[in-house]
Amino acid sequence: MKFTAEIDVMPKKELLDPQGKAVMLGLEHLGLNTVQDVRVGKHITLQLEAENEAEAKGKVEDACKKLLANLIMESYRFELHQN
Amino acid sequence: MKKGRKSAKQNHETLKISYLWAMKFGVVIFPGSNCDQDVIDVLSKTMNQEVVKLWHKDHDLQGCDFIMLPGGFSYGDYLRSGAIARFSPIMQEVIQHANRGGYVMGICNGFQILTEAGLLPGALLRNQEQKFLCKNVYVKPQTTSLLATQLLDTNKAYKIPVAHGEGRFYTDADTLKKIQDNDQVMFRYCSHDGIIAPEFDCNGSLDNIAGITNEGRNVFGMMPHPERAADADLGNTDGKAIFESLLAGVLA
Repeated sequence: MKFTAEIDVMPKKELLDPQGKAVMLGLEHLGLNTVQDVRVGKHITLQLEAENEAEAKGKVEDACKKLLANLIMESYRFELHQN
Repeated sequence: MKKGRKSAKQNHETLKISYLWAMKFGVVIFPGSNCDQDVIDVLSKTMNQEVVKLWHKDHDLQGCDFIMLPGGFSYGDYLRSGAIARFSPIMQEVIQHANRGGYVMGICNGFQILTEAGLLPGALLRNQEQKFLCKNVYVKPQTTSLLATQLLDTNKAYKIPVAHGEGRFYTDADTLKKIQDNDQVMFRYCSHDGIIAPEFDCNGSLDNIAGITNEGRNVFGMMPHPERAADADLGNTDGKAIFESLLAGVLA
């Protein structure tokens, strides 16, 4: 079975996100003064093959924990769709 | 090591300085490394040591005693600094070498790779002030009980350049306490006259931390570049003492 994983990796809430801060400044310059907070993360899509959904989920978890996110500074979540 | 191997811990406990020490150094080259030649120059020409280049795709450490991970932008800093390099073939050998008690040092991107590999605690986040920092800073050695710092003066501020966008040392509170309690902080950012205070913390690192070691005291990581400050022709030799420390001997 073929799956697509849609993964979001975000800087942890308690950590300062300088990139988000810089983008917020840009938005202010654009005139969007009502924006209160910006945090910038990554969106990653993976195409993978697995026997079933549980196996696919396990593989994506593994990819996230070992490489795609650094759990010291980032959190992740994902959605899995069967193609 | 030409005078026999001892674990870093033993060395730490029974430190005597001897200048008879010599080591074979391996400098790992990743795609995007750019400080490799500087480190090679200092080790081979200034320090007169045997140095070999280790290509990231290789699996052979060529019998090196000391592995250096140089600065640069391995794999273009894609995903996170050091994240992809950590899975390079040569890194599997470097991790084993470190776990056997072998010496490893990472400078700048090398430090980032070591944290990503789990050989050093914590992580290096984007600098607090949203800028790539390329300037001289001052750091103060926090311990002389390490191979890398044994000849340093803990009362002196060493002027060493930094060049990084992601150098803000971070870890959770428990790990930070452990690092502090175990005397694992190698360097803290300070003023030119050695005052350690938040205003001299160039990138927003926790507790002004610029460099740390692991629990086994055989793996070293630092954001500043001592290899750029080890030659009189470059106008600054403050970093040279770190390389001299590596070779000052750790035999009981």
